[in-house]
Amino acid sequence: MDLLEKLTILSDAAKYDAACTSSGAKRSYQVGKIGNTSSSIAGCCHSFSADGRCITLLKVLMTNSCVYDCKYCVNRRSNETKRAAFTPKELAELTIEFYRRNYIEGLFLSSGVLRNPDYTTEQMIRALRILRHDYAFNGYIHAKAIPGTSPELVTELGLLADRLSVNVELPSEAGLQSLAPDKTKAAILRPMGQIRDSVVQSKAELVKYRHAPSFAPAGQSTQLIVGATADSDRHILHLTESLYQRFRLKRVFYSAYVPVVENTLLPSPDTKPPLLREHRLYQADWLLRFYGFRAEELLTEEQPDFNPLIDPKCSWAIGHLEQFPVEITTADYETLLRVPGIGPVGAKRIVSARRVSHLRFEDLQKLGVVLKRAQFFITCGGRIRSGLRFSASTLVHQLETIQRGELPPDGTMAQLSLFDTAG
Amino acid sequence: MAWDEVIYQYDGSFEGFLCCIYESYINKEFPIAFSGDEECFSLYAVRCVITDADHARRVMRGLENRSASGANVLRRAFLTCMEDKEAHLYAFARKLFSQGGAFLKNQSDEVYHPLAKAIRHMNGEVEKLRGFVRFSDYGGVLGAEIEPKNRVLPLLRSHFCNRCANEAFFIYDRTHKDLLLYSGGRSRILRVDRLDLNLPGEEEVHYRALWKRFYETIAIKERINPRLQDTHMPKRYRNTMTEFLPADHECRKSAIPAKAAAAFPGSAAPGGIPAPGTLR
Repeated sequence: MDLLEKLTILSDAAKYDAACTSSGAKRSYQVGKIGNTSSSIAGCCHSFSADGRCITLLKVLMTNSCVYDCKYCVNRRSNETKRAAFTPKELAELTIEFYRRNYIEGLFLSSGVLRNPDYTTEQMIRALRILRHDYAFNGYIHAKAIPGTSPELVTELGLLADRLSVNVELPSEAGLQSLAPDKTKAAILRPMGQIRDSVVQSKAELVKYRHAPSFAPAGQSTQLIVGATADSDRHILHLTESLYQRFRLKRVFYSAYVPVVENTLLPSPDTKPPLLREHRLYQADWLLRFYGFRAEELLTEEQPDFNPLIDPKCSWAIGHLEQFPVEITTADYETLLRVPGIGPVGAKRIVSARRVSHLRFEDLQKLGVVLKRAQFFITCGGRIRSGLRFSASTLVHQLETIQRGELPPDGTMAQLSLFDTAG
Repeated sequence: MAWDEVIYQYDGSFEGFLCCIYESYINKEFPIAFSGDEECFSLYAVRCVITDADHARRVMRGLENRSASGANVLRRAFLTCMEDKEAHLYAFARKLFSQGGAFLKNQSDEVYHPLAKAIRHMNGEVEKLRGFVRFSDYGGVLGAEIEPKNRVLPLLRSHFCNRCANEAFFIYDRTHKDLLLYSGGRSRILRVDRLDLNLPGEEEVHYRALWKRFYETIAIKERINPRLQDTHMPKRYRNTMTEFLPADHECRKSAIPAKAAAAFPGSAAPGGIPAPGTLR
């Protein structure tokens, strides 16, 4: 089998993994080595595929052969599909040559489970060692830690990679039991805990000894599949929050379930992937990480799912009208951040600008505030925006109308850009 | 002598522009327009400003004394493609001289905002190009072409010199005809009017084909979304990106340069200039 065909099979099998970032590691170039990992804090997107997702890393599987039979997965044992495997040398050369040409920021290496988790991880370690040592690759590596791998091997993997991830995939134990009978919650959480502790330990050692080996300097991430099971948004968001808090994850990724197989336990193959739902979850995830929100504020037991027509921040604001309007010229940073249409950048600019100037509504737009959303929730110099008419009962409808333009025109649930509605 | 309505003509360089500021203070006049071209026909009086390194330094020092970050904003904004660039920059410099840097805290300030906006636009382009630049291996030397709106090469320089520290490479800015050269720890930017690229080798074509295949495969069919793709990667970037070009695109341009290049199969350099790696 030639390299082109292998690459096709093994990237096709890896494409459902949402994680594709190169953030968090800062390593300058070193003499005699190839590349660095310090392009910018937010990582670096090298291209965008036809589905609008960012391509940062060469995302491939080591092999798509697998002994497991997870119902939702294209690579499951019982699926009749062509199998392939990279040799470590092939993979290293491909990574280096793509990297030199600035196609990618590094390698994302995952794998189907060959024989058992330990054997598979050993294969991955061998490939990464050749890439790091024989080919002197100094760029970004994201590696998958496979649940059930012994701790020594996870340690070794973490010393070669910048980021590790263990995919939770199914948000609940019940889902796991029915769809992924070979995996258990405990087996998934064990390596996560180990990675968390090793990262903390490695950071502490680096403070004391400059040349201490660094373990996964960019931390760990995970992925949750949305829409394969009946779990509510509220359940998923609470899980996300506890993953951030308990395991200090850098990112939780959501992947709208794309039906790849016919199974009575799964949505039927002609179901569209729930992209709008995925988008709302990402927005809420942003609110948790950058806006100081807690999961319990955003969704309640009575309302366990997000309103598809309005973004989570607006929904929250409508439910808490007693906290509005916010006075732009005096409110503190945290309060400004809770206003729909104002993000961290806008809030910082407001706080800075109002010290030297008297702000008017026109100025807010120049500061990066999305006024069409923010106008309902703010006063500027004690007045609301002139010409604005609304009441508590019409507000929902007005916001829905404004946001309709951001939804896909034909009503299909296409993936939206986070940046459209980041405020 | 002071004119009421005068146009300043200078050499288009940043030093030249600083000298315009110098001249306007010396002559106590407020230029209504600037021209960075050699030729300038106008009904207004034209003052030819000759670039003088000492004058430029004096102005820069003065600006830095008022506000170091203000001077930096001016330096950066000069690289942008905003309309009436010099007029906006001139107004900004005057305000900095008369009031100091306090107004920089307010991004909605009427003099500062146009510059802040243009710089944001340029920073966005730099950020994108860090990822979208596509090198080809021309016999050991990496080469890339870009078509940016802003003059971004000085801002991409440190990023690529760090990332490709152990390579020899060049990046050509087709819009502004600037060429960034790097080899052995040293880099410089030259003006080059025309750059003809060599034909790619067999290995280069092979890797291009692999990349194109990866690019097509990684997209999930059920999620195809051109609108989102266009938001993140506007179409204007795509005509220098490998995944949107035929694997042997140099051969398809015009027959004559291709033939001329084929006549010198051994040389690694793009036509006309020595490749950085071969400088002896």
